[in-house]
Amino acid sequence: MTEVRAEMVANVWQVVAAEGESVADGDTLVILESMKMEIPVLAECPGTITKLVVAEGDVVQEGDLIAVIE
Amino acid sequence: MIDSVLVANRGEIARRIIRTLRRLGIRAVAVYSEADAGLPYVREADEAVPIGPAPPARSYLDAGAVIAAARRAEAAAVHPGYGFLAENAGFAAGVIDAGLTWVGPPPRAIELMGDKINARNLMEQAGVPVAAGSREPVDGAAAAVAQAERIGYPVMIKAAAGGGGIGMSAAGNEAELRAGFETARSRAERFFGNPAILLERFIERARHVEVQILGLNDSRVLTLGERDCSVQRRHQKVAEETPSPGVTPGLRARMLAAAVRAGEAVGYRGLGTVECLVDTSTQDFVFLEMNTRIQVEHPVTEMVTGIDLVEQQLMIASGDGVSFDPAAVRSDGHAVELRVYAEDPRRFVPSPGLITEWVEPSGPGVRIDAGYAAGNEVTPFYDPLLAKLCVHGSSRDEALRRARAAVDGFRIRGPKTNLPFHAELLDSDEFAGGDYDTSVVARLRP
Repeated sequence: MTEVRAEMVANVWQVVAAEGESVADGDTLVILESMKMEIPVLAECPGTITKLVVAEGDVVQEGDLIAVIE
Repeated sequence: MIDSVLVANRGEIARRIIRTLRRLGIRAVAVYSEADAGLPYVREADEAVPIGPAPPARSYLDAGAVIAAARRAEAAAVHPGYGFLAENAGFAAGVIDAGLTWVGPPPRAIELMGDKINARNLMEQAGVPVAAGSREPVDGAAAAVAQAERIGYPVMIKAAAGGGGIGMSAAGNEAELRAGFETARSRAERFFGNPAILLERFIERARHVEVQILGLNDSRVLTLGERDCSVQRRHQKVAEETPSPGVTPGLRARMLAAAVRAGEAVGYRGLGTVECLVDTSTQDFVFLEMNTRIQVEHPVTEMVTGIDLVEQQLMIASGDGVSFDPAAVRSDGHAVELRVYAEDPRRFVPSPGLITEWVEPSGPGVRIDAGYAAGNEVTPFYDPLLAKLCVHGSSRDEALRRARAAVDGFRIRGPKTNLPFHAELLDSDEFAGGDYDTSVVARLRP
C-alpha cells in the first residue's frame, strides 16, 4: 500500500483519476495549483486506487493524504 | 494633482505605490483579500478595505468589488499596479465610467495591445520589426501545422491574450507543435478566458530586452532606457538589469526609436514597456509585446535615472507634466534586480508557508521592495514573489558585488526561497561575464 501525500500547501485544481481505477507508475492522479503553477501529483507505483480523498477546489496542507494505491 | 488613490493590488507593488502616495501627501487606500489582512501594505495605507475571500477571482480580479471599495473609501483615482486587473480594458473603462481617475493608459491602448496578434500586426504597420508569425488566431492543430510550415521551425506557441509565460512553449517539429498547441489552448482558456493562440518564429539564442516608455499629455512619447530580462525560468523573469550588457549603443538607439513609434501608434499615455527579443547572433531585434502598466522590474530604471516612475504615472493621470526635464534624462551607473520567490531553489516549485524570520539586507545602493515581513503567511493563492532585491552601483561590477553581499545578508526562514539560486547566478561565469541569453537558467540547472 502506498500513500500519496501533498508536498506543499496547494489548491486542488483537477482530479484526474478516480477510486477503483488501476494506474501505472507515473500516471497523474490530481493536479494541484499553488502560486499560479500547476503541480501534477503522480502515482509512484502501479496498482489500484483504493482511496482518493480530495475534490476539486479543496485546499490541501503539506503532508495531507491525497490517495492510497494498493 | 489627485488627492486620493485606491491601489487595486497586493504585496510588494501595493506597498511600493503606497510609499510614493504617502511621500506626496496623497491619501492611500488599500484593498485586501481575507488571506492578506496581515501584510505590511495593508497596515501602511491610510485606509484599507476588505474586498473578498482569498481566491483572486473573488477579490483582486473582482472589478465590481474594487470599484465599490473605491466609492466607499471616497478615493478619487485607481492605480492597478501590475497583473490582476491592470491590463483589463473593461476595468479601466469601468473606473472612468464611475467618475474616477484611471492611473494608466487610455482603455483603447490597453485593448489594442492586449491581443498579441493585433499588437504584432499594428506594430508591423508602424514600422516596428516583428518576428515571422501569425497574422490571425490559430484555430486548430491543423491550422497550427500549416502556419508553422510557412513560418519555419522552431516556433514559439503563445496565448494571444496571455502573459506571465503561461501556456508558452517552443516546438521544433510537428509532433511537439501538436502537443504544445493543446496545452497552450487549454491554459489560455483557463487563465485568460480566451483560447486564441499565435505562433512566432523562435529565436534560439536571444536576449529579452525591454524599453521603458512614458507617454506625456502633450502626446510626446519618451524613453527611459532599457532593461535586460533574459534571466528567466518557465518564461518568467528572475533577475533584471540596466543597462543591458548585450546592447550596443547602435542597437540601443534603434530599439528606443522603435519603442517611441510603438507608443505613438496607439496614442500612448502614461507608463508602458515595449518588450523585444534581441537575436544575439545578428544583433537584430523584434517586438514581442507591450505591457500597458508599471512593470515588476521598474526599480532598476528608477535607480539609474533617479526618477520615481509611480510619481510620473500620478502626474500624467492628473493631466500634468512630469517631475523631470525630458531633455535631460540621465543614466548613472548600473542597477540589478533579483526577484526573491517563495520556491525551492533547485526545482523552482512553489513553497508557501509561515515566515518565521525576515531580515532584510542594507548597505550602499541596496533597495528592498518587499511584500512580506516576519509572522506573515505566504499562501498558495498568489504568485510567489516575496520581495525584490534591487542594487545600484557605479559600474556593473560594483552592482553585482553589492548584490552578492546583499543576497547573503537576506535571511528568510519558513518558506524556501530562491536566494541560494541568486547566489549561484551571481557566481556563474556566464552571468558575471554579461554574455548570457534567455537559456542561462536552463544551463545552470541542466
